[in-house]
Amino acid sequence: MATKTSNSTESQFVKAEINQKLSSEEKVEFLRTMLRIRRFEQESLRHYQGDKMGGFLHLYIGQESVAVGTIALLGENDHVITAYRDHGHALTVGMGMNECMAELFGKATGCSKGKGGSMHYFAPDKNYWGGHGIVGGQTPLGAGLAFGLKYKGLKGCCLCYLGDGAINQGAFHESLNLAELWDLPVIYIIENNGYSMGTSQVRSSAHPPEGLAARAIGYGMEWDIINGEDLYEIRAKTKIAVDRAHEESRPTILEIATYRYEGHSVADANAKKYRTKEEIQKYKTEHDPIQIWKTTLLAEGVITEDDFKALNKEAGDEAKEAAKFADESPFPESSSIMDDVYWEVDENTESGRTGRHFFSD
Amino acid sequence: MPRSITYRQALNEGLDEELAHDDNVVIIGEEVAEYNGAYKVTEGLWNKWGDKRVIDAPISEAGFIGMGIGASMLGVRPVMELMFFSFAYVAFDQMMNNAATVRYMSGGLIHVPIVVRGPANGGTNVGATHSHTPENIFANMPGLKVVSPATAYDAKGLIKTAIRDNDPVYFMESTVLYGQEWEVPENDEIDGGELLIPLGVADVKREGSDLSLIAHGGSVITALKAADHLASEHGIEADVIDLRSIRPLDETTILDSVKKTNRAVYVEENKPFCGVGAQIASMIQEKAFDYLDAPVVRVTSMDSPAIYSPPLEEIQIPYPELVVNKALSIC
Repeated sequence: MATKTSNSTESQFVKAEINQKLSSEEKVEFLRTMLRIRRFEQESLRHYQGDKMGGFLHLYIGQESVAVGTIALLGENDHVITAYRDHGHALTVGMGMNECMAELFGKATGCSKGKGGSMHYFAPDKNYWGGHGIVGGQTPLGAGLAFGLKYKGLKGCCLCYLGDGAINQGAFHESLNLAELWDLPVIYIIENNGYSMGTSQVRSSAHPPEGLAARAIGYGMEWDIINGEDLYEIRAKTKIAVDRAHEESRPTILEIATYRYEGHSVADANAKKYRTKEEIQKYKTEHDPIQIWKTTLLAEGVITEDDFKALNKEAGDEAKEAAKFADESPFPESSSIMDDVYWEVDENTESGRTGRHFFSD
Repeated sequence: MPRSITYRQALNEGLDEELAHDDNVVIIGEEVAEYNGAYKVTEGLWNKWGDKRVIDAPISEAGFIGMGIGASMLGVRPVMELMFFSFAYVAFDQMMNNAATVRYMSGGLIHVPIVVRGPANGGTNVGATHSHTPENIFANMPGLKVVSPATAYDAKGLIKTAIRDNDPVYFMESTVLYGQEWEVPENDEIDGGELLIPLGVADVKREGSDLSLIAHGGSVITALKAADHLASEHGIEADVIDLRSIRPLDETTILDSVKKTNRAVYVEENKPFCGVGAQIASMIQEKAFDYLDAPVVRVTSMDSPAIYSPPLEEIQIPYPELVVNKALSIC
């Protein structure tokens, strides 16, 4: 959760080298991506409510600056893995709205052919490894991606995102130990939106007074805390961690204060009971990352109000088109239920043809 | 005369050969490197291959098994040792939710070429927490492969194939078998120069016409002893079918045997409820019903957690006399 209001034009981090060399186009691109995430999710929510999809829908609205600010720093050998609130990261790494929306609709044209759903987006060709449904379950995988990079002698890192509710899972602590012990280039990014489902941080996590990320001290690991509504701050501090991973092959925990406007998932019946309406409204009006970045870019003379309106409309139109694409796409063939279980079977190798692999008729 | 080596040495040779065969193969586990392996399966490999290829992990199964799964998504081929397969339960989420399903949930974009290996057996008086035999549990999960060799020959040939397989293979060994010697040819005695046994192919360990004793893992040895007794004392000649690989499963070899003998007993250390034998019995009655002269019966561990007391554990898990009596009940 954010603790202060900021306008990024006044941010001390605007002077960071990584921000000084930003072009106007890049700054606009951040705005465009944040707007695309928000419009995509607002559109998906409409269709969820219209019974076009099943299961859960965990919305990222309010947190867009985290994915956009961090992922924009990555290069060819850098990788991303996250939990189930994965739409924002997916769009930021370059996945298209069409395949992402179609996945929500359970369609064959979805990014996972309708086999994963909202929580399980993947794009290995974009170094994006999910999309994982079990809280904290992705954190050892993130260490493993970093291990793989190091093993292969590649200068890269893995950004492994988790929510503040995930920091109490054992697998996360085991991952931290391995990451520091073996000098793995993994950066754990705690997206602290203040609530693990309906339980506030105060009621769920013991931690040093400095914050959740300060648990890193126990592992001898570097850490930092970031105000998530300031893109300049996110970039400046994340860059330090990325450099540490690249140059020293060492891990970091970053805690980025943010806020989700919607419930834990759309099915969260108590979304407005475990916190006040006033609290939600305060974040929307005073801490919204899109509005703050918009204000920054207006003040810097990078965009005009009309530019913003155009970007917003463009994103909304793209989301509507994606929903149309998803709606008109076919459901997967029933025969596809048995595909993509074993690599050797799918590839029709000798191994895949030997012995019985499946036991349904 | 062919040489004999232990099951442990056979695994060691297989691991060593695969470390040489593919630079992406890396061995990770508790005490696998400097300690030379809690059961000495990896003895000498750290000395030979060094810190990069053979890595001691902290006691942190969920962490290091999950880490191996993540690395395998990038093309590393980790061979993870569980000191006991019972410790898989600590890493259960990683092994079931991540290794088994990430390929499916990504619509086939990812695969997980990992091997998780270690002993899964009772009979060593270490109590219930260290005596689990979870072949049935993991074989229940589509996306996983489960292998359980009974001899040194099979252990070597199957571990090499498992490491080259591009799907997750859970490879269940036996501390009881580690010290047992079997004939295993030198590579220069083998066509192709190395021992590779495909997954999904059962092995007929003994031929007979009266009864099919079907088993996997250490229970194959129990079945062989029972078969000798049935022959010498009762004039009953049994086929002994060793599954070797539980999933994928060689149904043809099982059915060919049952169609010949008309009687089948499944022997395993698993508990009876939904054990591997339950699947095999169901398959036999469905596909060879007209050939059966008796119900398919099973010999399993007694249906309680593994007991410590040594003389009682001996009778809690299948032993030859129990198999003989079960066989006689349908012959």
